[in-house]
Amino acid sequence: MDRLPRWADVVLVPLISLVFAAIISALVLLVIGQSPVEAFKVMVDGALGSAYGWGYTLYYATSFIFTGLAVTVAFHAGLFNIGGEGQAQLGGLGVALVCLSLPWPHWTIALAAATAGAALFGAAWALIPAYLQAKRGSHIVITTIMFNYIAAALMVYVLVDVLRPVGQMDPASARFPEGAQLPALNDLPLFNLIFQKPVPANITLLIALVMAVVIWAMLWRTRLGYQIRAFGKSEAAAKYAGINPVRITIIAMLISGALAGMMSINNVMGEAERLLQNSSEGAGFIGIAVALMGRNHPFGVVLAALLFGFLYQGGAELGLWTSIPIEMRIVVQGLVILFTGALDMMVRMILGRIFGMVRSARAMRTA
Amino acid sequence: MSADANSMGRQATAAPFAIELKGISKSFGPVQANKDINIAVPRGTIHGIIGENGAGKSTLMSILYGFYKADSGQIFVGGTLTPIPDSQSAIRAGIGMVFQHFKLVQNFTVLENIVLGAEDGALLNTSLTKARKVLKDLAQEYELDVDPDALIEDLSVGHQQRVEILKALYRQADILILDEPTGVLTPAEADHLFRILRGLRDQGKTIILITHKLREIMETTDNVSVMRRGTMVATVKTAETSPEALAELMVGRKVLLEVEKQAPRPGPVVLSVENLRVRDEHGVDRLRGISFEIRAGEILGIAGVAGNGQSELLAALGGMMKASGKVTLKGQDLPLSGAGADGQSRREAGVAHVPEDRHHHGLILDFAAWENVAFGYHNDPKYQKSALFMDNDALRADTEKKMATFDVRPPIPSLAAKNFSGGNQQKIVVAREMEQNPDLLLIGQPTRGVDIGAIEFIHKQIVALRDAGKAILLVSVELDEIMSLSDRIAVMFDGQIMGLRSPESTNERELGLLMAGMTGKTTGEAA
Repeated sequence: MDRLPRWADVVLVPLISLVFAAIISALVLLVIGQSPVEAFKVMVDGALGSAYGWGYTLYYATSFIFTGLAVTVAFHAGLFNIGGEGQAQLGGLGVALVCLSLPWPHWTIALAAATAGAALFGAAWALIPAYLQAKRGSHIVITTIMFNYIAAALMVYVLVDVLRPVGQMDPASARFPEGAQLPALNDLPLFNLIFQKPVPANITLLIALVMAVVIWAMLWRTRLGYQIRAFGKSEAAAKYAGINPVRITIIAMLISGALAGMMSINNVMGEAERLLQNSSEGAGFIGIAVALMGRNHPFGVVLAALLFGFLYQGGAELGLWTSIPIEMRIVVQGLVILFTGALDMMVRMILGRIFGMVRSARAMRTA
Repeated sequence: MSADANSMGRQATAAPFAIELKGISKSFGPVQANKDINIAVPRGTIHGIIGENGAGKSTLMSILYGFYKADSGQIFVGGTLTPIPDSQSAIRAGIGMVFQHFKLVQNFTVLENIVLGAEDGALLNTSLTKARKVLKDLAQEYELDVDPDALIEDLSVGHQQRVEILKALYRQADILILDEPTGVLTPAEADHLFRILRGLRDQGKTIILITHKLREIMETTDNVSVMRRGTMVATVKTAETSPEALAELMVGRKVLLEVEKQAPRPGPVVLSVENLRVRDEHGVDRLRGISFEIRAGEILGIAGVAGNGQSELLAALGGMMKASGKVTLKGQDLPLSGAGADGQSRREAGVAHVPEDRHHHGLILDFAAWENVAFGYHNDPKYQKSALFMDNDALRADTEKKMATFDVRPPIPSLAAKNFSGGNQQKIVVAREMEQNPDLLLIGQPTRGVDIGAIEFIHKQIVALRDAGKAILLVSVELDEIMSLSDRIAVMFDGQIMGLRSPESTNERELGLLMAGMTGKTTGEAA
């Protein structure tokens, strides 16, 4: 097959995949008797048409950046971490324990401590599957899926029997103290020029963007990243080079789990301000799609997270303003994942043919 | 252009050529892999195509088999213009291909593999019965006997290759292309293969043999075409040429087929191995008590048929495999298991290692050349910018320098390793390991899949490192290579050293006996 130029590979392939997904989504809408144009307008208006809409889109995107980065780091070590969901929920527990433990004097200190707590709990939840993979050869896909269920069960127990304040009806922790409440974008200088109404997107967005740069530098500029990537490409070669497979597996999964856990400072600390059941709401799984679409590159992950943030918020708007069922958002997401992830090669092949034809036409003209 | 192609085809009289390619060009981005190639292969001949790695042989054959589409040019099969857009069309035109890496389903039987993709009808049984009969005829006709009910995974490499040939013949191929067919075969298997090929030719089949081994070309082909850097430089009758002439055509300059070296000046013992034992994960003893020494300024060559413990010897010394026994490097103990028995510690101790399999061990194929230059030496202080960050710029500059010294082509540090030809990939590995200035160099199959020009270069580098006073352990299945490079030769069989010889006082026959496990004194004609 003809190779594609880099710009086509990075820009054109995902773009065309998206167009395909949009076309099929439109067909589905037509079949259920709705107007695709109308639906598209509602989605764009609701997610991107106002600062308020952006506030939600960015809020969702923040969570997806963290979980997408988590999948990316593990992927570069050749590990498929499907446990982002469980690691994020445990991260939420870490956030809650930190926030409830002290009457925090200022949100900056609380944020630093909660970030550490989230990362620590998320990493700890990834440690056991990592150890089992490295030492016992238990496949990480299986163990991380299992740990999602264990995490869900553990959270029910903790929220019902441990953290629930006496007399409260729903399984949730107490509200976090005032000093542990994060500023939303409308509370931050400069940002409040754009965001004048309260929005859920908060300071965590900036942490997410910083983490994307940090992870990029870690993967491509440090010895550790070099070893992770080498190990991920070829375990046999890594052994030849004296890269310790056990060490790299565990470190990569710790970083991955920590990133997934850090998502919880966005939703638990920044938005809900208490720990709820199923706090991550599937963002751990969306992270897989985000990483796939972002080509496992931190900057790609940021862009893909924005797209999925848009789909999430736009889809919610659909449910709110039209008679299109909110489940349509899951259909659209599914199609985006299908085309950008699974059918990626198809688009690539078609483009390869076209580029090949253009090239030979050009060669003929010059010959 | 086609005039010179016509002039050599005297054997085919007036009959049309089996294959004729006219003006084939193909480029990949800026790289022109094939430039206006013209070739005509007379029916019923064995036609060799020879050229260095990266000369464009495989691209040309991929165009012929429909994997690539030529940018321009025409393909004639049996005299008629035949466009070949995909491999189905190639098969329909009677072209069969035997790849270097077999395309067989390991847990299917021979019969199932042969029928696969050529089943007629929904019921498997009818085509299997038919195939069984056809297979029997083919086996008798061409010495191609393989048990049709054996599983592929149970067959030797030589037999698997026969299945590939049978697959092509079952699809009624008249023209058979073989891409580097002997790379994986023992000398005996290779001889058998060439007998089969001659038989096929005598039955009127046309064979195209792609190789870089001059000896095979001289022994088996009727005509030979030489490619160099994407162009067809000559097509000659094999009987009227010589290995030296072909080598010169391939490389574009005179090539030394022999290694020039002076008498060794061995210094003190660098590596001492005592009673080295390796047991693999299945509990099989791979090394059964090996002892030897290598001195400074000396090359010890390990000869033997592949699979007799040479790989494990390199792996154990390179820190890739647990072992027991006693190994010292310049008087210092090298740990053989537990802490310190890994590739990093070995490199720190002064052991460099060119592994036997550069694709699986020596390189990360998706990494750029400069990233591969740090492979194994990523902790080296000279590649660090700070405690945290690697100095990628220094690494790139260092790669550029190494590429210049070792004549790696193209000299582009950012190119992924997989995009270099085999010879240039090997040069990258050899450059990385030799330039570390090690006390001991472990080097396995240094020229496997490497073209003649690069072989000459790598051999020179090995000798230069020896003359610089380093100890070298050379493992190779190529007896010529062992004979011409080594100062002493150890022959391995079944995990043991059968004997130590000096290249001046031994010959291939004696080494061959040792390689077969016979100690040489009482065996007589047994080989």
